[in-house]
Amino acid sequence: MEALAASVGQGHSQAPAWVRERRDQAAKQFAQTGFPNTRLEEWRFTNVSPIADTKFQLAAGTFSNAAPLIAGVSLPGALQLAIVNGQFAADLSDLRVLPKGVRIVGLRDGARDGADGLEPHLAKTFSIDTHPFAALNTAHLDDGIAVFIASGAMVETPIHIVTVTGGDAAGAAPLASHPRVLIVAGANSHVRIAHTFVGTPGDVYLTNAVVEVVVGDGANVEYYLDQRESEGAYHIANIQAHVAAKGVFASHAFSIGARIQRHDIGVALKGEGADCTMNGVYLADGERLMDTHTALDHAMPHCTSHELYKGILAGKARAVFNGRIVVRLDAQKTDAKQTNRALLLSDDATINSNPQLEIFADDVKCTHGAAVGQLDEEAMFYLQARGLTRIEARDLLLHAFAGEVLDGVKIPELRDQLETAFFRALARDVQLTS
Amino acid sequence: MLEVTNLKVRVEDREILKGINLTVKKGEVHAIMGPNGSGKSTFARALSGHPGYEVTEGQVLYNGQDLLDMDPDERAREGVFMAFQYPVEIPGVNNAYFLKAALNAKRKQQGLDELDAMDFMKVVKEKLKVLHIDDSMLQRSVNEGFSGGEKKRNEIFHMAVLEPALALLDETDSGLDIDALRVVSEGVNAMRGPERSFIVVTHYQRLLNYIVPDYVHVLSDGRIVRSGGRELALELEEKGYAGQVAAGARR
Repeated sequence: MEALAASVGQGHSQAPAWVRERRDQAAKQFAQTGFPNTRLEEWRFTNVSPIADTKFQLAAGTFSNAAPLIAGVSLPGALQLAIVNGQFAADLSDLRVLPKGVRIVGLRDGARDGADGLEPHLAKTFSIDTHPFAALNTAHLDDGIAVFIASGAMVETPIHIVTVTGGDAAGAAPLASHPRVLIVAGANSHVRIAHTFVGTPGDVYLTNAVVEVVVGDGANVEYYLDQRESEGAYHIANIQAHVAAKGVFASHAFSIGARIQRHDIGVALKGEGADCTMNGVYLADGERLMDTHTALDHAMPHCTSHELYKGILAGKARAVFNGRIVVRLDAQKTDAKQTNRALLLSDDATINSNPQLEIFADDVKCTHGAAVGQLDEEAMFYLQARGLTRIEARDLLLHAFAGEVLDGVKIPELRDQLETAFFRALARDVQLTS
Repeated sequence: MLEVTNLKVRVEDREILKGINLTVKKGEVHAIMGPNGSGKSTFARALSGHPGYEVTEGQVLYNGQDLLDMDPDERAREGVFMAFQYPVEIPGVNNAYFLKAALNAKRKQQGLDELDAMDFMKVVKEKLKVLHIDDSMLQRSVNEGFSGGEKKRNEIFHMAVLEPALALLDETDSGLDIDALRVVSEGVNAMRGPERSFIVVTHYQRLLNYIVPDYVHVLSDGRIVRSGGRELALELEEKGYAGQVAAGARR
């Protein structure tokens, strides 16, 4: 706690007044609240004391494994952008030819030079009072990436942001980074953005990311959150999106890494006729803890939302799913659907699943369903009776289970990579349990 | 090929099979008949290795190997196939993908090269024609949303592709209309040969008009009470099971 608190508020000194102000305010807020504890409703099942008790050092500069890590997950045909230890790494990004209508801004340089669009949007999509880790990130506000899509631009090339945390000094204190991304999609634009998180396998570090997304009128943004952190890592991400009238926002979260993961994905439908998809699949094995908190704010009428989360738990893993949907008084004709399903592959794995609907309008359609179960043994036997081993049968069923979410990945290269990573992660579990 | 000696099987806490003896030679077709609850399906499922069917006594030799010692998937790869009475629906698992994986698992066991998608499709197209199965069934999820007839046809289709040495047909005729029954039976008959044996479990002799057995066995209360040739099935049709059970008991 002291180590992280000590680095709070230390940003680049050339930052303009508005950045320093937002940073200081967040620093003050975090100094007041500190790390969340399990007495807080939102953190009841997720004990972050391993993070609070670790003396992290603020990560800075690049490291020798950064380039190979990024190359290992790069997507052919995508526009690659890199964040290394919280800083925009232009040398590891592909900025030679930007697709039409795409503007990329390094946050530090952009803020210093007064780049358009930063001041109105940065640190504006969420309240630092209710998101302590996002406050901690904002207290370190310094660098990162902003992606601006011009009004009407149909961007065919997927944008791929790769975020890495790490260092070269062996045996040094664990590092912490606070990556920051801002995505602003102009009216009627269309863009697909993948965001991959990786680190050196085995490393212990904290990645505490904040991603803000502003979806303009009639714009369409697909955001793919791809968490493949080191198995020793602590991974916190706050994804906060504002969607204007007739805008469409889809988030697809894929998680197979980290020791502790906490995702807060908040979407505010702020204009009539907006639409949101929030899907995710996670594989928690070993002693992993994977926590997903989603929050949907139906603020306006005639909006639709579809939420599907699927979890596979093995070993002694724990998962938390909390799906909050607020339908405000004015949000008539809301159509919201939430589904959360989990498969427990071992007796020692646990999940806390909690749908949380708060409906204030009277003419709405809201459904939610949660199911926790085991692999269907009749299906297992059927597959085995045709010659598949138990492991092959299990993998086929798990693949089918995850497939519903993976099928939503509309970047084929990413989908291929995720499927491969998923199968590799399943094999990891076999090694652990056999 | 198959030698069953004094097989006793328990399901949950009930003993269902109370000592079955049966010898099946290469190329033979044996029909197992009997009233509901006699243990017909239990016999087929125990041979396929279903974990819910606990063998408490007896021995099953398959080509000289201890069949009961093998996992269900080993049995399958060694050439034992069961056509399920109730084929399981598996959403999200592509029928063709699954069947290719099953075929390649068996080929690997036999030391053969695995088939790629192209070669696999060549094998499959032939079999589809024989069974009057539409290509589209390949691309659907395994049994999901299939009609009763489609499910049974899909089972026989899997059998045709996997070319087992011993096929167990567990009430394959149940739920089939007369046309589907004919198609399924033709599929089975097309596969009969000197190297392949069948155990056909059925309640009705109707199926045996199409799949003509070499031997018929009547099961009652977990035991084979009568064995005979094809004519036994016809006699059963005429007189029903009641008489047989009594006949068996008298012996």
